[in-house]
Amino acid sequence: MKTILSGLAAVGLMFSATVAVAAEYPIYKPQEMDWSFAGPFGTYDKGQLQRGFKVYRESCSACHSMKLVAFRNLEALGFSDAQVRAIAADYTITDGPDADGEMFERPGIPADRLPSPFPNEEAAAASNNGAAPPDFSLIAKARAVERGFPTFVFDIFTQYAQSGPDYIHALLTGYQEPPEGKDVPEGTYYNPYFIAGSSLAMAPPLMDDVVTYDDGSPQTVEQYARDVSAFLMWAAEPHLEERKKVGFRVMIFLLIFAGLVYLTKRKVWTEVAH
Amino acid sequence: MAGGHSTYTPSSGIGRWVDQRLPLPRLVYDSFVAYPVPRNLNYAYTFGGILSIMLVVQILTGVVLAMHYAASTELAFNSVEKIMRDVNSGWLLRYLHANGASFFFIAVYIHIFRGLYYGSYKAPRELLWILGCIIYLLMMATAFMGYVLPWGQMSFWGATVITGFFTAIPLVGEWIQQLLLGGFAVDNPTLNRFYSLHYLLPFMIAGVVILHVWALHVTGQTNPTGIEVKSKTDTVAFTPYATIKDGFAMVLFLAVFAYFVFYIPNFLGHADNYIPANSLKTPAHIVPEWYFLPFYAILRAITFNIGPIDSKLGGVLAMFGAIAVLFVVPWLDTSKVRSAVYRPWYKLFFWLFVIDSIFLGWLGSRPAEGVYVVMSQIATAYYFGFFIIIMPLLGLIETPRRLPNSITEAVLAKTKGSATVTPHSAAAAPEKRA
Repeated sequence: MKTILSGLAAVGLMFSATVAVAAEYPIYKPQEMDWSFAGPFGTYDKGQLQRGFKVYRESCSACHSMKLVAFRNLEALGFSDAQVRAIAADYTITDGPDADGEMFERPGIPADRLPSPFPNEEAAAASNNGAAPPDFSLIAKARAVERGFPTFVFDIFTQYAQSGPDYIHALLTGYQEPPEGKDVPEGTYYNPYFIAGSSLAMAPPLMDDVVTYDDGSPQTVEQYARDVSAFLMWAAEPHLEERKKVGFRVMIFLLIFAGLVYLTKRKVWTEVAH
Repeated sequence: MAGGHSTYTPSSGIGRWVDQRLPLPRLVYDSFVAYPVPRNLNYAYTFGGILSIMLVVQILTGVVLAMHYAASTELAFNSVEKIMRDVNSGWLLRYLHANGASFFFIAVYIHIFRGLYYGSYKAPRELLWILGCIIYLLMMATAFMGYVLPWGQMSFWGATVITGFFTAIPLVGEWIQQLLLGGFAVDNPTLNRFYSLHYLLPFMIAGVVILHVWALHVTGQTNPTGIEVKSKTDTVAFTPYATIKDGFAMVLFLAVFAYFVFYIPNFLGHADNYIPANSLKTPAHIVPEWYFLPFYAILRAITFNIGPIDSKLGGVLAMFGAIAVLFVVPWLDTSKVRSAVYRPWYKLFFWLFVIDSIFLGWLGSRPAEGVYVVMSQIATAYYFGFFIIIMPLLGLIETPRRLPNSITEAVLAKTKGSATVTPHSAAAAPEKRA
């Protein structure tokens, strides 16, 4: 029986080896980065989130909305209440209708959500060759490059849950010259890390020194990409720290409880052969 | 219940008063305290209790989630995100509920495989088995409709694909599909009726669970030897023996569940469901939740016409057939011996069936092209072959190992250890592993 099983396993492995290449895109899998929020005790690096927000604000937000994030949420990035109010007030919000039925403009308040660059989906599409740039609120959970067998099994034990930020980082840093003889459709840019093709309509959005950091961090595409990926992970999963903190207590409780119940079980069953 | 005579004696005046009017405490006592269970049950038998806990977890979290959810195509996606972001502990409730569905299925699959391994479906437990199959079917309907509610891309396209199956049925297919959808395509009426049914079905599950437990308490539990209880020494009282053992298994199961909820809550989900539903944009690969993947693979394995049946209808028939065949398992198995412990060949084919099912699940997650199609067809053939050919034939030709005379004999032979290896103990030993 054992030999039959191991024989089957070998056949299975052979099959999976020969067909593993079937998934076409992305051409390269994203590199796994070191994220402060990975692992059972992961926490967000607030400095990094603030830098990432700056990159989003000064670069990405020209095209990408973030409809689910409110200014008040930014306190989680380490901003004080006053700072959040100041950031919100920098934005102009269209509100209304007022008592006369008119729409009016006013400065933002913490309760407002981040305003979108385009008034509606159609306008966004019209300004971007017919395809609206995706909203960024959940992008870090909405993109995942397939891990494949057996990696996805190991991921359970390593608690790998960073495929979103890894992908965003890989995409932002992955623009390159197409290989010899590779046809790149007009208006698109070759990027072997892109999940849905070999090139995408978004031009490389980041360049060295386009965003000024005031904490002395390097102003490189690499650093920008990391920071904005972390920020987007926070936007998609704002309660991650709380989740892991509660999780640790729950795990400790359940394991101790399991131990006690096991000892009780052993005591109850000592007299009974089973 | 099984013995027919109750040993419950109320200890207080109030207890006696209630007992004469509504003997509910007596029912509970007889069912969950004094109820005799075989003394040799292993941990594979704890999943019934685990499943009832999971049902309770799903209903409790679901009822609270329903207080914050809005079943409208305009609002659904954002209302779920509101739960994740703004509702107190909303992230916990939603992750518990979403992962809870997966763990419900993990438990039910182990429970079903245990039944297949130990022959739990054989007479006189056919109705008990069929009630279990009905619960499983209701679970699948509930889970499918629940997955539509967040109104993400996979919700929408999964609903489109799965309701599309019904159009394959001749004559009434289109009508059934439109009845399910409340229109010609997945839209607001679909979401509304799925929400209503998603709330209703769990209570129907609870109802069938009561029948399932009732039937169980009439026939009594099976056990790893497959020999019926013959004397009092074969059993122990449900409480404390089964309660504490079930309790330990539940806590361990909850620990694994909690690990997923708190550390990798999106591992079992699909990234595309964090993209709002868009009827104009089809995802590259539409895949159902993992617990449906084996059936999805069977559906797509039928790529050829069989006489008047085209491949689409054939696939749908095969998929529904894969579940329907479970209902007749009690009559497909011709073996006189119940437990796989004493059936060396059945044991082999059983484990091949387990591997085949997992393999089908993996194939269901692959695109239906090239070598995957052929592999799906082979795996599907074994899936049906196991039930329709192996089960009936093997029972007739297999020579089972010698059975012990009673549960007590099997247990004592096992605990005496290797010093006195009798044929019985040798036969009883393999159950240790399960």
